Parts: sequence; C-alpha cells; structure tokens
Amino acid sequence: MPITVNLPTILSKLADGARVVEADASAAPTVGAVVDHLVDRYPGLGPRLRDDGGQPYPFVTFYLNDDDIRFNGGFAAAVQDGDEVTIVPAIAGG
Amino acid sequence: MGSATLAGIDATQHTPQANAPELNSDEILRYARHLLLPDVGLDGQRRLKGSRVLLIGAGGLGSPTSLYLAAAGVGTIGLVDFDVVDASNLQRQIVHGTSTLGHRKVDSARDRLRDLNPHVHVETYDAPFRATNAEEIARDYDVIVDGTDNFGTRYLTNDVSVLLGKPNVYGSIFRFEGQASVFATADGPCYRCLFPVPPPPGMVPSCAEGGVLGVLPGLIGTIQATETIKLLLGLGTSLAGRLLLVNTLDMQFRTVKVQKDPACPACGTRTITHLEEYEEYCGIPGTEPHVTIEAPLHPDEITPVELAEKLKRHDDFDLIDVREPQELAIASIPGARLIPLGSFQAAIPSLNPEREIVVMCRSGARSGQAVAALERAGFKRARNLVGGILRWSDDVDPTVVKY
Ligand SMILES: [Zn+2]
Repeated sequence: MPITVNLPTILSKLADGARVVEADASAAPTVGAVVDHLVDRYPGLGPRLRDDGGQPYPFVTFYLNDDDIRFNGGFAAAVQDGDEVTIVPAIAGG
Repeated sequence: MGSATLAGIDATQHTPQANAPELNSDEILRYARHLLLPDVGLDGQRRLKGSRVLLIGAGGLGSPTSLYLAAAGVGTIGLVDFDVVDASNLQRQIVHGTSTLGHRKVDSARDRLRDLNPHVHVETYDAPFRATNAEEIARDYDVIVDGTDNFGTRYLTNDVSVLLGKPNVYGSIFRFEGQASVFATADGPCYRCLFPVPPPPGMVPSCAEGGVLGVLPGLIGTIQATETIKLLLGLGTSLAGRLLLVNTLDMQFRTVKVQKDPACPACGTRTITHLEEYEEYCGIPGTEPHVTIEAPLHPDEITPVELAEKLKRHDDFDLIDVREPQELAIASIPGARLIPLGSFQAAIPSLNPEREIVVMCRSGARSGQAVAALERAGFKRARNLVGGILRWSDDVDPTVVKY
C-alpha cells in the first residue's frame, strides 16, 4: 500500500537526499506505521520525527493530505492507498 | 466595502471609511494604478492611508514587506528591531544598503521607506520586542506582521496578537523553504494551534544550522505584504486557516489546513491571559543579541586568550566545534573536532567524561547548548568558548574571518 511522504529539505538529508519518499503501510494502515516504515529505512529520521514515547512532537506537524493528524487521532490516523503525508517542522528564520 | 467584518478583521473599526483621510493630488497620481483597480479604488486607497501596520523585525522578511506596504500607501508603518545593519545582512535584507552599514536597522529602514514614499508615516521602536513592551507597542496597530527570526519572539508576537484581537500575518523561512499564514483573526486559528510548543533549543534545524537563500524572504515577505493589504481592504480570501508551504528547490507551493484547536491556551481556552518571555534564542549567525557588557566568566567558560594559551602549551584536552561543515570552510580554529550541534546529543557517548573538553562555535551560543548537554550527561570538565570564533578573531587571531 504505497503512501507518498513529502519531507522538508532539512530532513531529506537524513533520507539520502530524497524529498519525496514512498512508504509502505501494509503492516498497519496508519500514519504511525508509515513513520515506522520510514524510520526503518532511514534510522536517522527517527529522533527528528517522534519523541522517546514514539509520539509526534508538538513542533513537527504531520499532515495527512491537507489535514493535521493531531485532530484525527495522531499517529493512529488511518491512511489509504495513494494518500500523501507531509511533514512540516517549525522553522523560525526571518 | 459595506461589510463590517471581512476576512476576520473589522476593517471599518480601525479605518472608518467616513473618517478615512483624503488623498492629495500627489497621492492620487502616485497611487493611480490602485485607483484604477476596481477592488481598491479611491475608497480602498483612503482606507490604506488610514491604516496602521506593525512589522516585528526589519530583517529578511521585514525588508520586502515594509517596502511594498510603504509603496502601497499604508499610512502608518511601525518597525520594531534592536539590531544594527551588518554587511552579512545585505544578501537578503533589501530595505537596507551599503550606505547604512552600521546604522540602527529601524533608522536605515525608515530612511529608505521615506525615500520610497514620503506620504507614509514610519514609527520606529529600536528595542527588542518583549513581554514587557509588546502590548504597549502593538496596541494602536490594525495588523501585526511577524518577520522575526526566533521562536521566542514568534510565540510572543502570536500571543499579543491573540490578546489584542489583531491579525498576525506570519512568515518564516529556513534555507530554501518558507511558510506563510494569517493567524489570530476573529474565528481563525493561531500559531499555537499549528505548533503548540516551541522546540527546545538545538532540537530544530533552524537553531542548529544557519543559511538562507537570499531571495527566499523576498518570496515570503511579499506574500505577507499581499495578505496584509487584503486584510486591510477586506479583499479576497486570506490565508487564515491555511498554511502556505513554499519549497524553492522544487518550486512547489502547497497549502495545508490549520485547524483552530479548542484546547489552544492562547485562542481556545484562553488560559494565556498575560504575556510571558521565551528566553531561548537560536544559534543562527546574526540572531544573537549584541552583547557589549563583559560578563564575568563562569567556571564552565573559557576565553579565547585562555584557549590560545592552552593550545600553545599543548595541554591535553579535546576541542570540539559544533558548527556546520560549511561554516568550517569559512573560519576555523586548528585542532578542533567537528560535531555539528544537530548530531551532538548522539555523539556524547563517543566522548570521554573524564577528559577536559572545550566546545566552540561562531558566537558561543550553540556551544553553550552543547556544554549544557554535556553537563546534563554528567561531564564535569566541559567548558564553553565564550564569544566563539568572533571573539577569537578579535582577541587572538584577526586573520580568522568573521561572518
Ligand atoms: Zn490557537
């Protein structure tokens, strides 16, 4: 079940430079499983995507298509074939 | 123009059309292309003249925003910045110029805006935007534009906007990517709905690694200026409730939804009833406050002169540089081992807690975070090079480039 993940450039360097990554969520059709799959492939992404308890940080927002997963069950939010996950870190430059 | 509440801002409250200032003949000529626009026209232009916009930060984002708002005829523009124009600013901060190097940024920007449009009134605040002055500064403005460069001031800007009920036109940049939105409109979400808590220092890349494409603030700042003018005129659909993500490398623009969080302490439960300070600031070159007072040295600090003596004596210690590889190419101190701050935590197990360790960076800000991390991990002999490479260049080796 391929899901497209859009990585910000700052995280893409931890994913061998890829800015768009396909992830498989057949193990469990959730955003959390997509993140697991991503971290299996690129372990360096792990501490940037989730805290010690395996939960999303309050300063890295995950979008499933256009929606913030925080309001849709967090990492338990259900994904479908063809969905897009976009990772948006807080940035502060001006 | 008859509607009282458009795009979440009560435009008539601040710029009542009946009292909107008249335009003189010079202004009518200057704003001709606006006057011809059906959705702006004479009424809209008078409304802009009667409007007051506060820009927090006269840097990368504040430069294009202030220039376009002044050109457009926004009657009063407030500028808050405590910094001085530095040569390294001019790659992106286009409101300043070579002729104003060393000037206060607010003065430099005011002079440029006055030259661009003498009909605009510029109010300057040559001070950091803080919990103690934010409400007083922002109170008399219609729209607040967030062009700051650190999380602390962003949360403060958001909270004062929510408290005062003024739209916060948000823009933020990092390297090749930018974000823009409109927060704190009457029914819209705020910055805390999007990012409830600021990241700890050093956790998020903007703190650990500097660098920004010079034209990027131009893209994001002009979007902020556009949104500001739309809010003031009640035109179109604002970015309230949406976050615009700009990726210049792939030249992709996408918007995602920003939902109002009922549990948000600022705009939801409203448990934030007064402003608080976030003391954290980033290690991005140029964001450190200019420290002029010589602070007494802490036991976990070392001066560049002391470090130079240690190196000369060939003392047995580890020197660690927590900057980025591209910074190393600009300036360095011989013998330092590079561990960028972003990967520092993970590298701690590879360090020997028994050994004496000196940590350095550009200004001493990032290395201070690294020393704090070492202390938390039980290291007793870790010291921060105060003033970093900048002070090393001043006190030890002037051939080392300052950047
Ligand atoms: Zn909120």
